[in-house]
Amino acid sequence: MDPVILSRWQFGLTTVYHWLFVPLTLGLGWFVAYMQTRFYQTKDETYRKMAKFWGKLFLINFAIGVVTGIVQEFQFGMNWSEYSRYVGDIFGAPLAIEALSSFFLESTFIGIWIFGEGRVPDKVHLASIWLVAIGSNLSAVWILIANGWMQNPVGYVINDTTGRAELVDFFALITNEKAWVFIWHTLADGLATAAFLIIGVSAYHLLRKQHTEVFKRSFQTAAVVGLVASVLVFLGGHTMGQFMYESQPMKMAALEAIWETEQPASFSLLTIGDLSGKQEVWSLRIPYAMSFLACNNLDCEVKGVEELNAQYNAEFGPGDYIPLMVVTYWTFRMMMTIGLIMVLVAAWFLFNTRRSDYAEKKWFRWVPFWAISLPYFANASGWVLTEMGRQPWIVYGLLKVEDAVSPNLTPVDLLISLIGYTVVYGLLAAAMVYLMKKYAKAGPDAAMHESVDVAPSFTGGQD
Amino acid sequence: MSYESLQILWFVLIAILWIGFFFLEGFDFGVGMLLPFLGKKDVERRAIINTIGSVWDGNEVWLLTAGGATFAAFPHWYATMFSGFYLALFLLLIGLIMRGISFEYRSKDSNPKWRSRFDWMISIGSFLAALLLGAAFANLARGVPINADRMFTGNLFTLLNPYGLLGGVTTVAIFLLHGANFLGLKLEGELRERVNAFASKLWIVATVFYIILGVFTYIAGFWNRGHINPGIVPLTAVAALLVAGYFIRQKNEGWAFIMVALNIVLTQITFFSMTFPNVMTSTTNPDWSLTIYNASSSQYTLSVMSIVALIFVPIVLAYQAWSYYMFRKRIKTDKKTLVY
Repeated sequence: MDPVILSRWQFGLTTVYHWLFVPLTLGLGWFVAYMQTRFYQTKDETYRKMAKFWGKLFLINFAIGVVTGIVQEFQFGMNWSEYSRYVGDIFGAPLAIEALSSFFLESTFIGIWIFGEGRVPDKVHLASIWLVAIGSNLSAVWILIANGWMQNPVGYVINDTTGRAELVDFFALITNEKAWVFIWHTLADGLATAAFLIIGVSAYHLLRKQHTEVFKRSFQTAAVVGLVASVLVFLGGHTMGQFMYESQPMKMAALEAIWETEQPASFSLLTIGDLSGKQEVWSLRIPYAMSFLACNNLDCEVKGVEELNAQYNAEFGPGDYIPLMVVTYWTFRMMMTIGLIMVLVAAWFLFNTRRSDYAEKKWFRWVPFWAISLPYFANASGWVLTEMGRQPWIVYGLLKVEDAVSPNLTPVDLLISLIGYTVVYGLLAAAMVYLMKKYAKAGPDAAMHESVDVAPSFTGGQD
Repeated sequence: MSYESLQILWFVLIAILWIGFFFLEGFDFGVGMLLPFLGKKDVERRAIINTIGSVWDGNEVWLLTAGGATFAAFPHWYATMFSGFYLALFLLLIGLIMRGISFEYRSKDSNPKWRSRFDWMISIGSFLAALLLGAAFANLARGVPINADRMFTGNLFTLLNPYGLLGGVTTVAIFLLHGANFLGLKLEGELRERVNAFASKLWIVATVFYIILGVFTYIAGFWNRGHINPGIVPLTAVAALLVAGYFIRQKNEGWAFIMVALNIVLTQITFFSMTFPNVMTSTTNPDWSLTIYNASSSQYTLSVMSIVALIFVPIVLAYQAWSYYMFRKRIKTDKKTLVY
């Protein structure tokens, strides 16, 4: 087996998996911090229950993000040593800053938040959840700055003697426009993911008419945030598209399955390719729409993959510079369709909260619950799209994926780790889903009394 | 600052991160390993976990930061070491995942089987991590096969040489002792007595292994490869360990803890001065060793990172120290006051 393929599978698996948990951490932290702040201000017991209940789910999810995050930081060196040598100067910097400025912050204050209630002053306990939320979101900012550089390299020179990319402008690195559109899109997405979880779980309890006060308030807060965040995610995505038009035209063409350069460009509603994913068989298109999405006017030119490929062959030498279109095309559609549904559903939820009997409606039995899954599919497809759309490059225009892997690794090494991660991550997910379900169903009372267990399986502890 | 002084500065900073990591995570690896052996009842186990409950995650970040700083400051060191020690690091990661998740999940279900399984995962995960880190550092001291392209040419079994294994086992023993001393400082009553009695047995094991490792290092000549003679530092480390034995017998938990901590810090200082200016010594050809000069980032990156470190390191140290101060009280083995 090809080591490049195995390393890519492993990176894809571990990254998408890590990313299933992180957005919820990013968003839910803000919610819990807000709820606890409201309790601190009003002394209203309902807010305390809210903070406790959502805080419990936050912690169960947070733990997985932490342990899978370590793998992320190590595997650049482990599997992509040539990449690490080539970009260490630039990519390593935000990673180290992430550890120093964010990991320490969130890990220290999560400890204080869990163990400090009643032991540290209330103000300090409240501040610690805010610092956790800030720390985790700040960490996303730094890693997206690092990833932004891979998509759109800035502030560097290639050193002719060493053959490595070297940083010459730190300011350009941290103000990389690509990174900031990415950051906006991602942080808003974290809030949306958390909002949909809160909506779904709240609906479960509202349907059963239990803890109504806690969950009505949670539902309403999440409906507002969910709508605003979903709209921001969508606008962020649109801005990314326009930026991509200039910086990564190949990705743009590939996610739209545009073969031949078009002016004005149409938007593909549905394109069927052949099995290789490299030939169009049939398509249904909206005229002008793609030009509008790419550059906000109806008449700009959108280059097709054929022309771009020829252009890259001339620029970078012979090769295939077209990403796997089956993947880019369909992940883009999945992400965008779900993003749109999220905006509509969130608006629908919010619209309905103006009446007091919304929990009685028929749709309420299933829509909020199934909507929990929407952001997860969108998050995963978004990452797959942005990473696969950059292929064959690992750093756009500078270094190819095939030249980036660790040359010393054998297929056996890689199979051991790939299978090992798959098994361990599978078990983690099983434990996590089990606990999430248990605590979500148990309601705020279980979360209030930490040492009282809620499992029906209780058979008497060892003590 | 000149390029050379920046390279030295970053070598020292990374050394400090590792020293901090071994000192802090050393005791929480030890506590983790000891958990199922010292805690007989559920409430005792919870008390043991709570001694490090609020700090283990922050301690682990020292490792992440050491990794990140190595990536930024010495990309070739990061690339060669992490790809070279691939399977060992994979197992280390599995160990860290096992223990990290277990701290958070073990009490979230009251089924005794569930709890016991996670307790063992904490113990095994901590053991794996301590063993592999010890073996990795022993191999760095010993030197590893590296070719002219800065590529590691061995495999997992290259690392499992007698010296590497001895380094791993010694690290486990020292961390167990360090963990027991820490528990002695943090627990109360019967459990505290049990821990202290156990510490004096652990001290004998740790001291024996430590001295064998020291003699091996001296005879094999690993200590005089670099430009700095560690001099009396390793002797002081041995002395600290011996003095620790005295304090353990005197039931002076505070000084016993400090002495073992000192031993860990001085051992790490010995390691880094033994290897300087090499960061990875090549056993294939000394000229192919990675040094702070041929493995580092550009002067610009090192300067930027120095400013970043200057800003963040004092802040981090301040709030981490403060969090230890906040939770300085001993933990009662009492279900009513324990945070689950």
